[in-house]
Amino acid sequence: MGEGIYTKREDGRAFTDVRSMKANVGIVPSADGSASFETGKTKAIAVVRGPRTLHPQHMQNAQTGILRVSYGMMPFSVEDRIRPGPNRRSEEISKVTEWALSSVVDLSGFPNTVVDVFVQIPQADAGTRVAGINAAALALAHAGIPMKEMVSAIGVGKIDKTLVVDLDKFEDSVFHDGEGSTDIPVVVTSRTKEIALLQLDGKISVDEFKQTIEMAKKACDDVLKVQIDALKNMSEVKDE
Amino acid sequence: MSNFIIPNLQKEKIESYLKEGKRLDGRKAEEYRELFVEDGVSENSASAVRVRFGKTEVLAGVHLALAVPYPDSPDSGTFMTSAELHPMASQQFDIGRPGINSVELARVIDRGIRESGFIDMKKLCIKEGEKVYQVFVDIVAINDDGNLLDVAGLAALIALGRARMPIYNEEEDKIEGYSETEKIPLENDVLSFSMTFHKVGNVIVADVGHEEEAISKFRLTVAMGDNGGVPRITAMQKGKAGTISSDDMETILKLAESKWAEMFPKVKEYVFK
Amino acid sequence: MVKKGRQIVVPGEVVATGNEFLPGDGAYRDGQDVVAGRYGILDIQEKQVRVVPISGAYYPRRGNTIIGTIVDITFNGWLIDFGGAQNAFLPVAEVPRYINRNELREFLDFGETVVVKVWDVKARGIDVSMKMRGFGKIEGGMIIPVNSNKVPRIIGKEGSMIKLIQGATGCEITVGQNGKVWISGKDGDSEIATKKIIEFIAENIVISGLTEKVEKMIKEMGFKTSGIEIIAENTDEGSEE
Repeated sequence: MGEGIYTKREDGRAFTDVRSMKANVGIVPSADGSASFETGKTKAIAVVRGPRTLHPQHMQNAQTGILRVSYGMMPFSVEDRIRPGPNRRSEEISKVTEWALSSVVDLSGFPNTVVDVFVQIPQADAGTRVAGINAAALALAHAGIPMKEMVSAIGVGKIDKTLVVDLDKFEDSVFHDGEGSTDIPVVVTSRTKEIALLQLDGKISVDEFKQTIEMAKKACDDVLKVQIDALKNMSEVKDE
Repeated sequence: MSNFIIPNLQKEKIESYLKEGKRLDGRKAEEYRELFVEDGVSENSASAVRVRFGKTEVLAGVHLALAVPYPDSPDSGTFMTSAELHPMASQQFDIGRPGINSVELARVIDRGIRESGFIDMKKLCIKEGEKVYQVFVDIVAINDDGNLLDVAGLAALIALGRARMPIYNEEEDKIEGYSETEKIPLENDVLSFSMTFHKVGNVIVADVGHEEEAISKFRLTVAMGDNGGVPRITAMQKGKAGTISSDDMETILKLAESKWAEMFPKVKEYVFK
Repeated sequence: MVKKGRQIVVPGEVVATGNEFLPGDGAYRDGQDVVAGRYGILDIQEKQVRVVPISGAYYPRRGNTIIGTIVDITFNGWLIDFGGAQNAFLPVAEVPRYINRNELREFLDFGETVVVKVWDVKARGIDVSMKMRGFGKIEGGMIIPVNSNKVPRIIGKEGSMIKLIQGATGCEITVGQNGKVWISGKDGDSEIATKKIIEFIAENIVISGLTEKVEKMIKEMGFKTSGIEIIAENTDEGSEE
């Protein structure tokens, strides 16, 4: 590392540093579970409704409840306004988020039902899917949904020749010099430390890839700390 | 299967309390919930704000984009409002296409802003007949505890009031961020805001909670602006199947005038902060 | 190793290590470890380890007392909305007197409120009954919705919290474990006071000292709390199963 042209991050972070994070639980009173998660300027909110009866009936599963995720960016979250409603990108992110969360959620006690997770991004500065997953895991826990463990998410990658953690928008989509930018969103389970989501977009050697995964696992420990803190110090909890 | 089935006894209790001028949450019939406004929801847009009445919460953001003017008004910017009553905000809202409630809400707010001439569209013309700014107001409901109409309407006004002018790069013909100092051109004098009154039992009620909203007979939204210190009606929308008697109308108009006098200075302060 | 009880734990957190510990509700075993399987408060009774939820939706259980509203009438019973995943079914045979098939609506009509007991929880819904004493139609009063996980706190140990509130405000209180609290008083002021107290309990997960806080609130509202013996609370406990 360090031989390339990307030698310094604009915001002064070390290459292995995550941006400052903030999490809150219980932000939407009418929901069964809700949470927000911020990484730098990227903000995500997640709302859980359910378990509730799944309609239409033919989609029900008599053996287990179903997790259904809907991810979306608010129109004003980015510089070029996004039309409200689903698009190809949001549908794909919804699905990979659903898989990541399903790996730890156990809905076998709620046959024929659905648990809906709504993830919305009010402000984006790269890493919206990982922020969304961090918020969604918190909201599911807050909804009292049975979960074997938590999941934590982070973006890692390579900027020219430099391996980095928690890419911001410049690193993710503006930087094109040298070997360009490689973006790897990763979700790690909190106890078993396995990978629940992995996507990669760019060019990276096998060795470098292995390194980034180790970096992601370390960073996810930091994310998990923030998540646990939010759950243990939920604003309505008052221990005296 | 929803929280919006109101038991008969609850309906009777709400109505009998109102006869004595009381509401279940301790408010008087014409009293609004506490208003909360927060700025800086997204710095990637011209403005984005969070507005709350009690537990009803809405985000609204403004974007400006480059567009071709309409042939019938070649020297004017264009304007569009959209609203998402997202299933996130309420068990009542469906997944998928925006329902009629989203469409009505967006249209009522859109008309109110458009017809009042609040945005100075002529100043949003870059080159006549070729290039103008298009103003988007986007509303996202976060939590519905009744009276989304007024909360969303106010959020839209506050977002517009705080919206920054884009920086236009003529050479590359694109917008490069937003000005730190310059706001979008508004006709401050024509600011009007809307208040929605519901008839619950036999009483006209302001700023309904979701139970009151579910059992009301009709609603009337009244938008009022300032005409030399006197309120002037700028838009109206009647909703739900109930009909309005002359007495009801009298009551609503009186209430609207007095609420307007009370709230207008506060609204102005929030919008033009 | 076992963690101290009555603290908040998160999914995946190891709460005890050793084969002598038994995972109960909301906990599971993984090798030597007992792990929290949901978010909530850790409860340890002898070697039994469980996690009691503090938030989230209501899941009906056999024997629960629930309050709901008639939303449909079929040829052999009533469908009741109680804020759960599905509606509950009250068969005509489960009401205290004989009802002719064409009299269903006269006995219980749309929008009327009932307090019923859950007697079967099936994959497709729950069946309820009102045959026992203390169950049936409720008239007058109002419903206060709260999160169902706060119900044990509203009831208090052996009903002590309810008795405290009832003694002070004079309101009748019936608590549904689905998070619907029915109250009825002589006048609006006592009802609104009762509502405020119940909402205070529901909106604050106070882990200890709740009774004192409620007593203080009652006094500040100008009510008296005398004549009621308060049993030391253990608010993690479900009050009645």
